[in-house]
Amino acid sequence: MHIELQFLPILVQWPMLLRGAALTVGLTAVATVVGMLVAVLCAWTRMHGPLALRWVVGTYVELIRNTPFIVQLFFIFFGLPAAGVKLTPLTASMLTLVVNLGAYATEIIRAGIQATPRGQIEAGLSLALTRTQTFIHIVLPPAFKKVWPALVSQITIVMLGSAVCGQISTEELSFATNLIQSRNFRAFEAYIIGTLMYLALAIALRRLLNWAGARFLFGR
Amino acid sequence: MIEFTLWDIVRNLLLAARWTVALSLVAFIGGGVVGAALLVVRLMGRPTPNRLIAGYVQLFQGTPLLMQLFLLYFGLALMGFNTSAWVSAGLALTLYASAYLADIWRGCVEAIPRGQWEASRSLALSFGQQLTHVILPQAVRIAVPPTVGFLVQLIKGTALASVVGFVELTKAGGMIANVTYAPLLVYGCVALLYFGLCFPVSLYARSLERKLNVGHR
Repeated sequence: MHIELQFLPILVQWPMLLRGAALTVGLTAVATVVGMLVAVLCAWTRMHGPLALRWVVGTYVELIRNTPFIVQLFFIFFGLPAAGVKLTPLTASMLTLVVNLGAYATEIIRAGIQATPRGQIEAGLSLALTRTQTFIHIVLPPAFKKVWPALVSQITIVMLGSAVCGQISTEELSFATNLIQSRNFRAFEAYIIGTLMYLALAIALRRLLNWAGARFLFGR
Repeated sequence: MIEFTLWDIVRNLLLAARWTVALSLVAFIGGGVVGAALLVVRLMGRPTPNRLIAGYVQLFQGTPLLMQLFLLYFGLALMGFNTSAWVSAGLALTLYASAYLADIWRGCVEAIPRGQWEASRSLALSFGQQLTHVILPQAVRIAVPPTVGFLVQLIKGTALASVVGFVELTKAGGMIANVTYAPLLVYGCVALLYFGLCFPVSLYARSLERKLNVGHR
């Protein structure tokens, strides 16, 4: 049996692939920035907030961490309109990615915060810093430094997970791949190219985040 | 027209959840076997196989599971196999699990002090004997919690099999949502069922981890 692979019909569609990859990167960037903010707030609430809120955040984290991303996406995109909240595919994707990363990162950041020695917090307070100032300037930076490798892994997972957003017609990389193969029926070749692009993105993202973490977040 | 009561929805979802469980178990066991084989090859320490396995692990950890599923689904068809969704989803998830498990277990074996290898070597044990009598009994202890934790990830991963037409919990949810026009309720139920599957496993993994840490302190 002879199988002939032709990559040219895929590669001539490079503008579409690049646009897809750009949207994948964009989605990841939004999810990372907003997701981190959500995670820091949730981590703080889960440790120092009022009891009821702690319980709410705990439920949020466990619910998200124990259900598949695709179900969360479908719930938000197909389910919420029934409750009167209409979302475009793009906003639904962003929202789901943020909610998803927020939950995972909450647990990671909380682990980092818990590793802060009590003495440092007491030292901050004794220098007349407020509780919020102590949290932002004393507790958070070393906490981030400690858990940065775990966060980098999680952000990479979210980037790869965003491939699922193509299922609700968000025009990211997997959607572009699918569109190309539906036009020229070279499905296998199209998915090879798409997958290799994801691999390159994942490696680049990991390098970038490791570098940026050392350079900007806790570098000297 | 047939009316769907809440019980009808839940009953049908529960029936579909069997396939989620079945697919998870197949991929977990298959992935465990392949992963163990990869681990043993890797421990032999030959450079070329090691590099190949490292590439294999990197490939599966650095690409979306969704794309892996599509690649297998179309790739097997291209090679002339008349594959069902079952076969391609099962195979893709098995490969995915094998890459992750091989990596997790390698970490556990590496956590065993080098002295254990050297000591057993100096007692003239062969490689196989070293593994089965000295290294693995210690490594398995630390390997159990992360392996159970990975099972949660795998169960969630099976949801993606729905995109190649495998009718499991997520796919069934989509179909039921389409006929009942109640997507909020149906996807809510789907999510709760996944939660019911995964949360106990998560809790179990966490309790195992806690027990292990007590032993170390």
